[in-house]
Amino acid sequence: MSHPELKDYAGAKLGMWLFLFTELLLFGGLFLLYSVYLSHFPHEFATAGRQLNWVFGTVNTMVLLTSSLLAAMAVTAVQRDNRGLAVRLLAGTISCAAIFMAIKYVEWSAKIRHGIYPNSPHLASAPPGEPVFFSLYYITTGIHGLHVLIGAAILGWIAAKVHSGKVHKGDYVLLENGALYWHLVDLIWIFIFPLYYLIL
Amino acid sequence: MTTEHQIQTSFWNDTGKSGIRSWIFSTDHKRIGLLYFYSTFGFFLVGVLLGLLIRIELMAPGRTIMGPATYNAVFTVHGVVMIFLFILPAFPGAFGNMIMPIQIGARDVAFPRLNLLSWWLYIIGAAIILTSLFTGGGAPDTGWTFYVPFSARTGTNVTLAVFGVFIIGFSGILTGLNFVTTIHRLRAEGMTWGRLPLFVWSLYATAWVQILATPILAITLVMIMAERVLGAGLFDPARGGDPVMYQHLFWIYSHPAVYIMILPAMGVISDIIPVFSRKPIFGYKFIAFSSLAIAAAGSLVWGHHMFTSGMSDTAILVFSFLTFVVAIPSAIKVFNWVSTLYKGSISLDAPMLFALTFILLFSIGGLSGLILGAAATNIHVHDTHFVVGHFHYVMFGGTGFAFFAAMHYWLPKIYGRRYAEKPAIIAWVLMFTGFNILYFTMQVLGMKGMPRRYYDYLPEFAPLNLVATVGSWILAIGLAIMLVNLFRGLFRGERIGNNPWGGATLEWSIPSPPPTENFAEEPVVTHGPYDFKGTGIP
Repeated sequence: MSHPELKDYAGAKLGMWLFLFTELLLFGGLFLLYSVYLSHFPHEFATAGRQLNWVFGTVNTMVLLTSSLLAAMAVTAVQRDNRGLAVRLLAGTISCAAIFMAIKYVEWSAKIRHGIYPNSPHLASAPPGEPVFFSLYYITTGIHGLHVLIGAAILGWIAAKVHSGKVHKGDYVLLENGALYWHLVDLIWIFIFPLYYLIL
Repeated sequence: MTTEHQIQTSFWNDTGKSGIRSWIFSTDHKRIGLLYFYSTFGFFLVGVLLGLLIRIELMAPGRTIMGPATYNAVFTVHGVVMIFLFILPAFPGAFGNMIMPIQIGARDVAFPRLNLLSWWLYIIGAAIILTSLFTGGGAPDTGWTFYVPFSARTGTNVTLAVFGVFIIGFSGILTGLNFVTTIHRLRAEGMTWGRLPLFVWSLYATAWVQILATPILAITLVMIMAERVLGAGLFDPARGGDPVMYQHLFWIYSHPAVYIMILPAMGVISDIIPVFSRKPIFGYKFIAFSSLAIAAAGSLVWGHHMFTSGMSDTAILVFSFLTFVVAIPSAIKVFNWVSTLYKGSISLDAPMLFALTFILLFSIGGLSGLILGAAATNIHVHDTHFVVGHFHYVMFGGTGFAFFAAMHYWLPKIYGRRYAEKPAIIAWVLMFTGFNILYFTMQVLGMKGMPRRYYDYLPEFAPLNLVATVGSWILAIGLAIMLVNLFRGLFRGERIGNNPWGGATLEWSIPSPPPTENFAEEPVVTHGPYDFKGTGIP
């Protein structure tokens, strides 16, 4: 490559923030549909929302918040030149991601066993509004789950770089951006959780 | 590290890798720009062929060369190819990449490897779309808008095509955030915001639209896939969905997307007009500001595609009003270009002819857009050939001709050689004539009530359809002459110096073709982009 790597800390951060905006807007489309259909079918949405298990949702919220805290601490650890601690903290974040996905798996399989999934015969007999609620639920949490997996993979890759010393006290923008992405995954869940599990 | 070269190597020769790898894995913005140029332009030619087939089919009533199912697939693929594979990525990807970093005095874009990834995503998406044409249920037949419920039910290969467009969407997002970061961070010393060439300003506005609008397209396409694969029923009234919501989501992206298509074209025109009028641009700040205003206001007008879809009358009036608002910044640009010409020393070289054509055709297209944007007249011409004529005036007469202008203006810079002037002008005459015969006739047909996308039509529309088809042939002949002349010139034509046109922007201060590092030393900018006085330019 004829161009030596250009190190521009502010540029890298700016690019990452722009990317985070696009992620928010991606989910924005789903939230938009949610709000319109909620206004069409407030009663059906409430009935459907009560069928979701708020315990799973609450535990997962706490798991994700903890994971975000650990990711933020990993950044601070690298800033303080403690790379070993940072790797352990990132491992904690990734473990939280695994717990989140495991709980999600249990939750989804229970729902599917009860015949609640898109286009299911059970939902076909439900009043209009409920099938849409559950389709939105599956698509939104599904795409969010995909983001959790991608985020965990990225943090794992970054943890390897922290371990090998490529990310260090003098150059940690990669870790910072990875943590920012993880906070976004967390943030989106903070909106999904009340909308689907709590307020209805 | 650049100063050690006394004679700088052109980016054509300076390769770290060998053969095709030096291109498809290059992170050099000029090489990526050329990759984009040839891939997008290749798809443009595919789209032209499909368009010619549509016109041949419509030449006479009844079956001419293809059956109705094929016709549906052909106009769908024409739209998908032209919009997603050519006009959206072409300007930022090709000329944005080739020229913009040089214009701001940078060595490359902010994220060169991300830039390469963008091109790869584009190619992967294009490959998926091409695969969708020949596998499964065959080419999509929904129209490029993929409207539900038909797109959720048709047996053709919509899922795969939509997935391809989804991937290309990512490519656009990455290009957008790369350009915004580049323009914020990598301007050379003295390249203040007030000295940015207007092409850069237009790319900046475009990049914001790419960043803010494309994710909505992505999620909408995911929803179509969910409808088809999971049977999600998000837009199925029987389950509580609303098909009109699909149209809202689709146009929330796809209307701003037309500004992704037109804004860079306006930027090129703003760069070309002053150079060939030998006058500074009139109203620099207003043109720069109007790009941002178009990007902002253009995000609020999507509903004007849906006046007959069953929205409330209030919504129709609001969207109609906002549509008229967005015409203001567009008109500001047109008036400023025309004022730049006033008392200029105009030379009618090929880039200038194409640029002037842009002003005329874009104005016709823009004004017919207001006929469509007015709630009352819209009902009359909605979904007729008037609409087809309108957006081809804006997109082909506007962006297409600006793209040809940019090809004549900037490709000699990249190749170091130029085309012959006379054949370029002959080609322009043919294209201009053919274009107007083709699309003005369409607008007349639409006013008379000929619907768009219909396979067959009433006999009274036959004469004008024949005229339009003949126009398409004249246009195609002009296009062929233009391409032969342009590319023969680029490979074998007369060599040019640094500054064949007498431009004052930075790309004309470096050798043609540009060296790998663009500038021997980081430039210090001391004058504005259209400041021809005191720059030593004759």
